[in-house]
Amino acid sequence: MNFDFSDEQKQMRDAARKFLAEKCPPKAVREVLDGKATYDKALWKGLAEMGFLGVAIPEEFGGAGAGHLELCVIAEEMGRALAPVPFSSTVYLAAEALLLAGSDAQKQKWLPKIASGDASGTLALFEGKGNPSPQAIKLSASGGTLNGVKKPVPDGAIADFAVVAARTGSTGRDADISLFLVDLKAGGVEVRSLTNIDPTHGQAELTFKNCKAEPLGAAGEGWGILTQVLDRAAVLMAFEQVGGSDRALEMGRDYALDRIAFGRPIGSFQAVKHILADMYVSATLARSNCYYGAWALSTNASELPEAAAAARISATQAFQHCSKNNMQVHGGMGFTWEFDCHMYYRRANATAVTLGSLSYWEDQLIDRMRKKNAA
Amino acid sequence: MNFDDTPQEAEFRATARKWMEANAPKKYEAELSKSSLGRIRLEKEEIVDVGKAWQKKKAEGGWACLHWPKEYGGRGATPIEKVIWQQEEGVYGKLTQPFQIGEGMCGPTVMAFGSEEHKRHYLPKLASGEHIWCQLFSEPAGGSDVAGLRTRAEKKGDDWIINGQKIWTSGAHYSDYGLLITRTDPNVPKHKGLTMFFLDMKSKGVEVRPIKQANGMQEFNEVYFTDVVIPDSQRLGAVGDGWNVSLTTLMNERMSIGSRLATGFPEMFEFCSNLMTEDGLAIDDPATRSKLASWAVKASGLKYTSYRAISSLSKGERPGPENSIGKLVSGTMLQDIATYAMDLEGAAGALTGADEETASGQFQQMLLSSPSMRIAGGTDEILRNIIAERVLGLPGDIRVDKDVPFNKIPTKGR
Repeated sequence: MNFDFSDEQKQMRDAARKFLAEKCPPKAVREVLDGKATYDKALWKGLAEMGFLGVAIPEEFGGAGAGHLELCVIAEEMGRALAPVPFSSTVYLAAEALLLAGSDAQKQKWLPKIASGDASGTLALFEGKGNPSPQAIKLSASGGTLNGVKKPVPDGAIADFAVVAARTGSTGRDADISLFLVDLKAGGVEVRSLTNIDPTHGQAELTFKNCKAEPLGAAGEGWGILTQVLDRAAVLMAFEQVGGSDRALEMGRDYALDRIAFGRPIGSFQAVKHILADMYVSATLARSNCYYGAWALSTNASELPEAAAAARISATQAFQHCSKNNMQVHGGMGFTWEFDCHMYYRRANATAVTLGSLSYWEDQLIDRMRKKNAA
Repeated sequence: MNFDDTPQEAEFRATARKWMEANAPKKYEAELSKSSLGRIRLEKEEIVDVGKAWQKKKAEGGWACLHWPKEYGGRGATPIEKVIWQQEEGVYGKLTQPFQIGEGMCGPTVMAFGSEEHKRHYLPKLASGEHIWCQLFSEPAGGSDVAGLRTRAEKKGDDWIINGQKIWTSGAHYSDYGLLITRTDPNVPKHKGLTMFFLDMKSKGVEVRPIKQANGMQEFNEVYFTDVVIPDSQRLGAVGDGWNVSLTTLMNERMSIGSRLATGFPEMFEFCSNLMTEDGLAIDDPATRSKLASWAVKASGLKYTSYRAISSLSKGERPGPENSIGKLVSGTMLQDIATYAMDLEGAAGALTGADEETASGQFQQMLLSSPSMRIAGGTDEILRNIIAERVLGLPGDIRVDKDVPFNKIPTKGR
């Protein structure tokens, strides 16, 4: 059994960690947090130069053609550093949708630009409150034009293109949904930035008015493709969440070692130790579930739907748990803007809902386990 | 990243599987598969007798204590080979329960500190199941704080005279030998005055009394020592070095990698999938689904954590500290699952009979037994301390009794 990343993949993780430590210190994250920039453009270019944006994109489309295990280790580092760039929307959602369903021409148009850092993309799925569901998609497509409103769209205000889920039928079945590809800079889309709990990642409302769009994948197969895209993104996002969990745990541990109260390091009090031990437990469970997700993703295994849901749930719980308790260990200082604790707390709770909330994925996991048991 | 054996591992597995197919006591398979928590019971036979027969057969085939050196009854197998064997032994591994303390703790301690003569005499018989060993560490006044033990050993000529009491000794009533830690010097701080011995459990002055537990069962014992004589030749390690010797014993618990801890999840998933409530199947209820999902990812998280440790062993590396989370997670899970299953059963949840409406009473049994999973082998609190100190590197707690002579430490809270 070799249920671990290879030495080469670990070297890539080390390289990513070193690169991000240098190019994406908390100070750089704060530039976006404080609204001085919409995202870190220099970092985005740097990630392209390192080959990280196209690591899972085949060479024929301008990528490095490495694979998804490599993308997992980079995702973990992006989460650890809270990188304020449209990485998850572009790489986990838009690029994965193109790879799964795009025509050769569509892939040729966008994937090389993603790999080179010249374009970012996103997935426009949600229309207000609620979790992923075909019934919730009202935006209509007819005759190659889209009409309707998507909200929230991750990184929607900076994206160059979007994969849009639209209604093309009214039978009440999954086959009513089709996907479209929209060049957001070509007109027909109104973009409005939305405030959100994690300002290091923007959210937007996109209003489509007779907007020209080309089909992505076959008509009526949109929901099937979306489900696959969300599963793949769930694994990748889970790695980001595990990276963030580990960093929050380290921050809490370091502070507990340094901070003196009642004449001793607070980390010598069992009440504090046990908080940190429990953070270690949840981060470890999440990491192990993520490894299984990574295996399923990289081999396109039939276990992927279940593995993705498990990784997603475990990592969401771990990041929420670690980030809130990191603040708790820090005491009053953890509730200041100056300390970085809140940035992890914000990211943890924003990523907990972006691909569908915890309860949605819990529901999915149980459905999928039942399906497997029935088979 | 893959789940495949290396060619050597595959060959070893094939050898083990072939032997198991020819030799496994298949008539116990169904019964063993069913029992998931606590002590294994067989309907018609004593687990110790069946276990001894199985252990003997394994020893003859070279599969008992297989990671031990050949001259002491093993086959010199690597750690990963031991894991592969455990996987192939499967449910029949439950039959080895009476030998686990001997194999996992007493044997390695004798191997590290015993004389060559002792090792050649005692270890092969321990490996083959001819002799069962127990571990006599915990005391009424020393559980988590085991170094606070009070059982005295006093030197008299070439012998030691033992007086005192041990508690929570699994299998003492059927054990042939015991690993015993005693206090030989109460005038020095507590960790420094301890000495380790092994003794014949049939020695004069040893009295074993079963403890009736909170779950109504009797699985553990109290062991009383009244002027028991142990020859100095049965001392393990130097006089006063018993604490270091005991750390060797406890360290060997890490070899439990690969043995699955019961979490209660598979039973709970099955139960909720079939339980019809007034509002439909329990598994269709959102609150139940949410709980099930959280337990599911804990169970899978533990499973894949152990896969990571196995992968380290396969590469010849020492596994990381991840495996230390196992009991901490599974103990609480068992208790929570049992509580919720009974909640779903409503008023009938209080019934303990093997009735249809209480799923054969399995969750009631789990409820009553699960507190011990959070205490035995290190309480949840001690395990959290271990993770915090050894894994995360946090400072040890301030110990007010550390440098005080043992006989000056207070013995009453108020």
